Amino acid sequence: MMRYLERRLVHSVLLLVGVSLSCFLLTGLAPGSFFDEMKLNPQISPGTVAALRSEYGLDQPLPWRYGRWMKSVLRGEWGYSFAYNSPVKNLLVVRACNTLLLTSLAMIVAWLLAVPLGVWIANRSGRWQDRVSMAGTSLLFAVPELVLALGLLYLVVRTHVLPAGGMTSAEFERLGLWAKIRDLAAHLVVPTTVLVLGSLPILIRHVRGSMIEVLQAPFVQAARAHGIGRTRLLFRYALPAAANPLISLFGLSVAGLLSGSLLVEVITGWPGLGPLLLEASMSRDFYLVTGVVMASTFFMVIGSLLADVMLVVVDPRVWTD
Amino acid sequence: MGIEPAVQRAVKPALVKAGRLCKRYVQRAPFSRKKFIVDALVDVDFEIVPGCVTAVVGESGSGKSTLAACLVMLEKPDAGEIWFEGREISRLGHRELAQLRSKIQLVFQDSAGALNPRFSAAEIISEPLMIQRQDSGNQLRTRACELMEEVGLCADWADRHPLEFSGGQRQRLAIARAIALNPSFLILDESLSGLDLSTQAQILNLLLDLQASRGLTYLLISHDLGLVGQFADFVAVMHQGRIVEHGPRQQVLGNPQHEHTRNLLGSVQTLASNFYAAQAGSR
Repeated sequence: MMRYLERRLVHSVLLLVGVSLSCFLLTGLAPGSFFDEMKLNPQISPGTVAALRSEYGLDQPLPWRYGRWMKSVLRGEWGYSFAYNSPVKNLLVVRACNTLLLTSLAMIVAWLLAVPLGVWIANRSGRWQDRVSMAGTSLLFAVPELVLALGLLYLVVRTHVLPAGGMTSAEFERLGLWAKIRDLAAHLVVPTTVLVLGSLPILIRHVRGSMIEVLQAPFVQAARAHGIGRTRLLFRYALPAAANPLISLFGLSVAGLLSGSLLVEVITGWPGLGPLLLEASMSRDFYLVTGVVMASTFFMVIGSLLADVMLVVVDPRVWTD
Repeated sequence: MGIEPAVQRAVKPALVKAGRLCKRYVQRAPFSRKKFIVDALVDVDFEIVPGCVTAVVGESGSGKSTLAACLVMLEKPDAGEIWFEGREISRLGHRELAQLRSKIQLVFQDSAGALNPRFSAAEIISEPLMIQRQDSGNQLRTRACELMEEVGLCADWADRHPLEFSGGQRQRLAIARAIALNPSFLILDESLSGLDLSTQAQILNLLLDLQASRGLTYLLISHDLGLVGQFADFVAVMHQGRIVEHGPRQQVLGNPQHEHTRNLLGSVQTLASNFYAAQAGSR
């Protein structure tokens, strides 16, 4: 087990280095820099711009900049943002926490809904309930998150039941603890619902698919022939046996925690990594973009690592190597 | 097999009786009105003599496994009756059925798929006991070990997982699980196919021993006529969901009346004729 973990960890670090290299290369290839717009400003002299460029090392070759960035990563700064004039890490931590709050809540709700629903549909496989749910999930899957989010926002704006956008109300600081929590929860409803609706069809279909496969397995038939009850059969026998692909999928959804909600955050005004990445890209805030991409990659790697370890723990058969 | 099967048949009432059993599978392709209808069982009449081995033969898709699934109550027949020990069982309620299930057990063909890969050998064998709430705790484990010994497996292997056993050992495990509830009727759905010949012979001997010690009645579903000729007392031949011929083994295999039986025998003629030549010598 330890050797397996070690090997996986080494792979993960190599992967992160590879991603940072290609991220540097690609952003280096992109035209323009943060200071290009300053050149258009008649009040800033070309000399000042050039001085700024050399201060941030933008006039140096790419490998040199990568080396400098690596040093700052090792110092725990993760580069320096031009626009915010602060180390990238400080910006990332706040935004990543906001994103994590939203996405983990959405993920938990989605899985809590998807597992019982998927199992129930698999149990009804071939009947009208199955057909209706499959048509429903296909439809939901076909609707882009963008449309879902806009539709929900429209409803919210028309009915005034919930705040439409942002993370907190203007008077948040003056509220008591309990009121603060309620305010936050009200702001969470719309983005969480969009994310849940967006991921639910895939999850339900996966749960249903692997359950149906297991329900046809002879050992489940054998348990039925022994007179097992339906609920016990579904949740105690079939679900654990159907869990392997679901655990991998769970790992993927952990991996998508930081990156899956970018668009929804932008639309619903959630101050997470999404709007930050958008701003950073628009203003060519080079190190900030790299920082956000690295944070997402980091979660991706952790997520798949987690899934693989869970698979080994849950299923003795994965052990064979 | 001691007593002459034909005599037993005359003396004892049938253990299992099926009357005009029908089962039809309808499949519909998505976005199409076209239906694919498979008549898996058509008016199947059938009797199984207690303490004997009845074999059902036929090519794939002839309805053999559907018959097994109906008898073990995994599938509900569309029409017809199934009598077991003098009771009509095809329309029983959930609870009565659950009790009855311990009497009729099934051994599958694919032993790897038939055993829950996450359970240890002891858990697999005690699974039916637990489901039927017959034993609990330490008793379960003891019982599982006894059953392992009974089917010729070492009780020290109780904590191994199914994939750590060989194919023959897995089939023994499946048999141990099937007899755990003391059934009177065991359905062997191609349970001996997919094993090499020496293993097959060993499992066959085990089944015969169990039949002798526990007074079991077997329904053997097979396409292996050599095996059927060796093991069965009665033979039923299925073709397209119907039983086209049914009777004592010598009669059906030695003097087939129905054309389909003759075709089936013809396809393995060399094998069968060799076998009968050998058997004629031994009797």
